[in-house]
Amino acid sequence: MTALPTKKLEAWRYTDLRPLSGISFVAPPVGAAPALPDLGLPRLVFLNGVFNAALSSPFAFARGFAPVAEDSALPLAQINAEQAHDGATLHVPAGVDAGTVLLISHATGDVPFAFHLRHRITLGEGARLTVLEIAKGEGIYWHNPVTDITLAANAALTHIRVQEESRAAYSLATIRASVAASASYEHFTATIGGQLSRTEIHAALTGPGALAHLNAAQLLNGTQHGDFTTVVAHKAPGCASRQTVKSVLADTARGVFQGRIEVARGAQQTDGFQLSQALLLSPGAEMDTKPELEIFADDVKCSHGATVGALDEEQLFYLRSRGIPEAQARAMLIRAFLEAALEPVTQKEARTLLEAAINNWWVQP
Amino acid sequence: MSTTTVQDLAEQKYKYGFTTDIAMEEFPRGLNEDIIRLISAKKNEPEWMLEWRLKAYAAWLTMEEPDWARIHHPPIEYQALYYYAAPAKAAPKSLEEVDPELLKTYEKLGIPLNERAALAGVAVDAVFDSVSVATTFRETLAKAGVIFCPISEAVREHPELVRQYLGSVVPVRDNYFAALNSAVFSDGSFVYVPKGVRCPMELSTYFRINARNTGQFERTLIIADEAASVSYLEGCTAPMRDENQLHAAVVELVALDEAKIKYSTVQNWYPGDAEGKGGIYNFVTKRGACRGRNSKISWTQVETGSAITWKYPSCVLQGDGSVGEFYSVAVTNNYQQADTGTKMIHLGKNTTSTIISKGISAGHSDNTYRGLVRIAASASGARNYTQCDSLLIGDQCGAHTVPYIESRNTSAKVEHEATTSKIAEDQLFYCRSRGLSQEDAVGLIVNGFCKDVLKELPMEFAVEAQKLLSVSLEGSVG
Repeated sequence: MTALPTKKLEAWRYTDLRPLSGISFVAPPVGAAPALPDLGLPRLVFLNGVFNAALSSPFAFARGFAPVAEDSALPLAQINAEQAHDGATLHVPAGVDAGTVLLISHATGDVPFAFHLRHRITLGEGARLTVLEIAKGEGIYWHNPVTDITLAANAALTHIRVQEESRAAYSLATIRASVAASASYEHFTATIGGQLSRTEIHAALTGPGALAHLNAAQLLNGTQHGDFTTVVAHKAPGCASRQTVKSVLADTARGVFQGRIEVARGAQQTDGFQLSQALLLSPGAEMDTKPELEIFADDVKCSHGATVGALDEEQLFYLRSRGIPEAQARAMLIRAFLEAALEPVTQKEARTLLEAAINNWWVQP
Repeated sequence: MSTTTVQDLAEQKYKYGFTTDIAMEEFPRGLNEDIIRLISAKKNEPEWMLEWRLKAYAAWLTMEEPDWARIHHPPIEYQALYYYAAPAKAAPKSLEEVDPELLKTYEKLGIPLNERAALAGVAVDAVFDSVSVATTFRETLAKAGVIFCPISEAVREHPELVRQYLGSVVPVRDNYFAALNSAVFSDGSFVYVPKGVRCPMELSTYFRINARNTGQFERTLIIADEAASVSYLEGCTAPMRDENQLHAAVVELVALDEAKIKYSTVQNWYPGDAEGKGGIYNFVTKRGACRGRNSKISWTQVETGSAITWKYPSCVLQGDGSVGEFYSVAVTNNYQQADTGTKMIHLGKNTTSTIISKGISAGHSDNTYRGLVRIAASASGARNYTQCDSLLIGDQCGAHTVPYIESRNTSAKVEHEATTSKIAEDQLFYCRSRGLSQEDAVGLIVNGFCKDVLKELPMEFAVEAQKLLSVSLEGSVG
């Protein structure tokens, strides 16, 4: 197996995979059928990394899995290619609006196990699709999914991920998207579960007028470690990218955001924006931010902003003075803090799911 | 943009390119323990200093050249360099004894020592290559109790201070270039401002790199004792050269309780020609330690020269309530590469830091801001504000921003903003419609872009810096 990346690699400076390398993961056992939410949407269900037809419902645009060849500089994608046996392959032909599909991964097992799903999503010219991804589980496991996305001109993909993995799990997702002219990739990840988790997105804007939104909310407590890493490559003129990442960190949780905007020579009229904001709720919490700009064209508008701080005492005082109990006032302020990242998620079922997941986070011990 | 102005730019010669013919007393090329012993012996150094150098050399041998910066250059042949060069005559006792050739050089640089001293009230410890040849205003400073002398002299005359502080901010093993400097440093300035003394004048050193193939290894140590304050200016130009020259300086600042140090730099070393040939490689380690309560260290730099700039003036904010500042303008043109920024390490309570960085890239150059803000768990109430703006002139250059922000304290507040843009057509049009030439308009806009930094410079430097900015960018916009 390809070696796990170490902290010596600049891209892994803030996320240490040594705890992972100390565990010997076995092949996944047969997964038990969990209780799944019925959202009235077509769904593809994977139990311990294997497609389960009985729990899934038909989706006209799903294809069978085919193995992949990979020669990647990304160690995790390389490991995935070596190990992947299953995954969703979605293909929406030109001009078709395929609606919304649920992509569910559920993992349970008694001994530590690893699984490496390989998803492929291809949208033809002008096609549309919403993928709502939910990852849940119990016990110790390593989930190492790779999602490859190809969007033809004018296609639009909305990709919403709710990561509520087991609190003992390692979740390391790699997402690569190629976005052609005037196509758009809207991404949102909610990182709630996992002992150690990372979402790494590489979005390439290859045609004029392409658009990428990469938003995330990380809600972490206990000793959780959450990492949201993005690389947006502006390769054609007139493309736009927007990123809003909000992290709420309690106890001794550690949040990481690394975002790089690359503007290639000739990618004029690029509009790139990136915002990372973190709330440290407890003395032991930590946030590491690295927003990077790499620019080789002159007619561009690129900016990033980053803030780290505590809840505003004055705002808290204002709410308390209006008779709102402290816990509730805090919850209100944190919810408001997250809003800018959540805002672009307009799909009804996704929104409901996210709100439920976030509300659930407050009541956790 | 017209191609003619780009051509003008290419033909723009380094304005301060001239060399001085003085007999040089040179050592053989290369570096080994014998060379270090020779350097130490030449300077009549005590045994402890030699041991310190040898330890640094041993450390350097085990270290590797860093490769994380966004710079590219052919490998540096450390064994092909000279590690010491000094004007052949013995150090003069007064201006009359100074080699007239040298004085002429200073005049070309715009520092006629006698006049400048009288008019500007600036003490100049001029370093010509490695040995200090003229020092003025020693008496006035001595009256105030301020020690301002070449570090080689301080090693002999104030060993207790040097031994206490040398290497205490930038340890010998800190990085590859700092270790090299510690082994072979030639000379530099030493400043000690005693308790409660406000240094009566701005201190200034002019560096020049003159001998062919000579690495320049300056070492500066500035200590501001309790409630003392000092402002130090460093500025430089270098003669035109074809071969790349390595420069690896180390600057250490120590501020005790309530002390203030302001360190300003205008760096205009030879950047190489329009094809990127030649030019100085500038690998500098600058760091200040705010050791005391409410101490303050402020770095201001205007970087327009050098083929390669690798420089991160930093502040370690140890004392409660201490303040660190970094104001920087970095201009790159032609094939220059600059990777520069700062580190603000917050350790004490209620420490504050401000970072204002303005990067301007033109031609085929690359300009990178790289900075770290670290709030330790102990730094309750710490506050940082960072603003990094980049301006691109032309479509063949690069501007990059690589900030690292690490916060471990819930009561700390960190804010970072960065923008990248080009000179707006409407701004140019406005200036042109008011009768300004294209170049004047660009100069005006660029100076406006850098205003937040330039206003931090002491008077003497502010004027020079503004001129430098315009000269550096001449012909880059048509």
